[in-house]
Amino acid sequence: ICVRYFQTCGNVHVLKPNYVCFFGYPSFKYSHPHHFLKTTAALRGQVVQFKLSDIGEGIREVTVKEWYVKEGDTVSQFDSICEVQSDKASVTITSRYDGVIKKLYYNLDDIAYVGKPLVDIETEALKDSEEDVVETPAVSHDEHTHQEIKGRKTLATPAVRRLAMENNIKLSEVVGSGKDGRILKEDILNYLEKQTGAILPPSPKVEIMPPPPKPKDMTVPILVSKPPVFTGKDKTEPIKGFQKAMVKTMSAALKIPHFGYCDEIDLTELVKLREELKPIAFARGIKLSFMPFFLKAKQQMNPKGNRMMARKMPRKVKQSCSPPTLQTGQPPTTTIELAASLGLLQFPILNASVDENCQNITYKASHNIGIAMDTEQGLIVPNVKNVQICSIFDIATELNRLQKLGSVGQLGTTDLTGGTFTLSNIGSIGGTFAKPVIMPPEVAIGALGSIKAIPRFNQKGEVYKAQIMNVSWSADHRVIDGATMSRFSNLWKSYLENPAFMLLDLK
Amino acid sequence: MLIPFSMKNCFQLLCNCQIPAAGFKKTVKNGLILQSVSNDVYQNLAVEDWIHDHMNLEGKPVLFFWRNSPSVVIGRHQNPWQECNLNLMREEGIKLARRRSGGGTVYHDMGNINLTFFTTKKKYDRMENLKLIVRALNAVQPQLDVQATKRFDLLLDGQFKISGTASKIGRTTAYHHCTLLCSTDGTFLSSLLKSPYQGIRSNATASIPSLVKNLLEKDPTLTCEVLMNAVATEYAAYHQIDNHIHLINPKDETLFPGINSKAKELQTWEWIYGKTPKFSINTSFHVLYEQSHLEIKVFIDIKNGRIEICNIEAPDHWLPLEIRDKLNSSLIGSKFCPTETTMLTNILLRTCPQDHKLNSKWNILCEKIKGIM
Repeated sequence: ICVRYFQTCGNVHVLKPNYVCFFGYPSFKYSHPHHFLKTTAALRGQVVQFKLSDIGEGIREVTVKEWYVKEGDTVSQFDSICEVQSDKASVTITSRYDGVIKKLYYNLDDIAYVGKPLVDIETEALKDSEEDVVETPAVSHDEHTHQEIKGRKTLATPAVRRLAMENNIKLSEVVGSGKDGRILKEDILNYLEKQTGAILPPSPKVEIMPPPPKPKDMTVPILVSKPPVFTGKDKTEPIKGFQKAMVKTMSAALKIPHFGYCDEIDLTELVKLREELKPIAFARGIKLSFMPFFLKAKQQMNPKGNRMMARKMPRKVKQSCSPPTLQTGQPPTTTIELAASLGLLQFPILNASVDENCQNITYKASHNIGIAMDTEQGLIVPNVKNVQICSIFDIATELNRLQKLGSVGQLGTTDLTGGTFTLSNIGSIGGTFAKPVIMPPEVAIGALGSIKAIPRFNQKGEVYKAQIMNVSWSADHRVIDGATMSRFSNLWKSYLENPAFMLLDLK
Repeated sequence: MLIPFSMKNCFQLLCNCQIPAAGFKKTVKNGLILQSVSNDVYQNLAVEDWIHDHMNLEGKPVLFFWRNSPSVVIGRHQNPWQECNLNLMREEGIKLARRRSGGGTVYHDMGNINLTFFTTKKKYDRMENLKLIVRALNAVQPQLDVQATKRFDLLLDGQFKISGTASKIGRTTAYHHCTLLCSTDGTFLSSLLKSPYQGIRSNATASIPSLVKNLLEKDPTLTCEVLMNAVATEYAAYHQIDNHIHLINPKDETLFPGINSKAKELQTWEWIYGKTPKFSINTSFHVLYEQSHLEIKVFIDIKNGRIEICNIEAPDHWLPLEIRDKLNSSLIGSKFCPTETTMLTNILLRTCPQDHKLNSKWNILCEKIKGIM
């Protein structure tokens, strides 16, 4: 049973004059006060067998390679239904009708025959657009049985009607080329072309119309355009692959009681030093960032000369001949890594690892400082091995190598395993303070904010332009206390604020 | 014959409704010959898509010449693991592309000319196009023995394949494209198109390897330029159009609105690898660990490029069952890709007991598994 919407000539004051007129015939009265009713789907729809049409070159059979639809899907005319292959030709089969897929005749890799049914489609007969409808209580059947308008019925599907409406076309003026004079998408487009002399892409306009007036005298309800409606749908998908692994790891990480400690580092001196050293490094084919200094400062903080011999031999650092191109936004990290390593010499507990139940703590001999990197695939943390025996230049070279491999997704297992301490230069993207999550089995991590020029007072009380960077440390409170973290941070900070100190303790 | 030409007017005449037309300014001859200025395989494939989707080819066929920097191009329904050496390609920086037409796998480099014949569906005729190419070749070098086969290959001297064919048929338009080996690196071609991966069971279209030869080897006057001009001349004569090759830039959005998003789609992992028909791997490899040999068996099912079923079997005494299960379950749903697997297994290692031996076993196993990807 259909319900149609009609435009009463008399009651159209609120409507725009060029409104779509579905039916030119008024004079229908409802005896029921409800205007809008939802139509049901099982409505004079007929199931059509869509046969595989001739492909050309005398081809009689093809192999079905991919289905783009499944039973129950709604399709519009010209939508792709499936992909078939015949003798090196890949053919896209498109739908001739609007409707719902009722049956697929073949499975993947089956042979399909030209002239035989491919799918069954239940074509929509004269179903009206549901979006225009406000659901109301069901009306009794008598009212619906004779709701056909005298005169010409315009056959068109909701998609076609919408297209016409958006382009201010009267369906009654369009000649339908489909079955029974049905108006197809092509007909609308051809009509438009003739009208404007050019083909323009239809623009989806949403017209905001005032709600229809309540007819006191039960006259014909008038059709209005819907207010802007957001038709986006939520999309749920399972978490898989690398993300799933991250879920496991981060869940394990959060079992560690984290405490945070933040501080501000004045990198003005370091910036000057780096500017001096940059061209020398560049001449050797290496881009020098701050990170090597940061890493080394960590390592160097041990005046007692705690010479823990590295178990592994130093890795051969390759010297590339051409300056590697770093992506923009890559962190300046060389100096920072250096400072970190110097610091770890004094506070080896920060370079330790605890077992699952926190029963044993292992003080790692090597300072394999990891640098968190953001890649297309996600978060990756390669580490520089044995920073404790590397020079600034060594660290810079190694960082260049890791960054290059990281950007093409070719970091190997060796580069990614064995880390003992991690630094995250989130500041290269942005931010000041952070609350980094420790990467088990490590016990500490540092997040570096971006370097900003901020006015500060110097010793003489004068204002100068300082290069300030914030650092946020997180540490495992089961084995590291606040005081240790604070002293470590202070020492690391002192190395970075006074780079000459590093020179003193460099091995 | 190469005239950089503002294609805007010419194109709009041939476009259908999707393109805003500025109006007719010139009468169009019955056809066009185009040549891409780009050597990027994805951009050039995007031009094909664009013409196929947007141009009205009724009475106006188009011939398109394009060449690519070293790339391997697989057919629409093929399995890259079965067709080429992905490891070698990654090492050498060779791009992998999946085209929309059917057929087998080919290697492109600047010594190979790609020709695409665009027509309406009704006018689709591959043999006619190949005969045109043969006529063109013979016009340059009458002594050349080139024949089209029933499989739509072109054979030189009755035995060497110099051209392979594939095509795409849509609702109203169709295209037939083929290669033409002029001066391609044959040794490299052979090594790239040889898959080292064992134990793959798949219904994907398999390529049929052929003995190939470069035309330049047969006759040093047959350079890419010479061949393109020859085919263009023959095409122009056949369709009675101007013998002008119009240069086009595949990145030009004003000429090809929406083309950059087509090019982007062709580069996504989901298209290149994800469109591989369902397949399974059933293989094993040996691991040497502390002077003992271990056999690791692998049963993996892959659908849409992602691992659907994963069964890696390692001896229990070597790798604890729970660690092995952790690996198997984590790989499910993950891309069948070494990069993703590296990241996944690496980060997962952090949740395993921190035992040096265990870590090294895990790493050894993961390296081997990545090797089959």
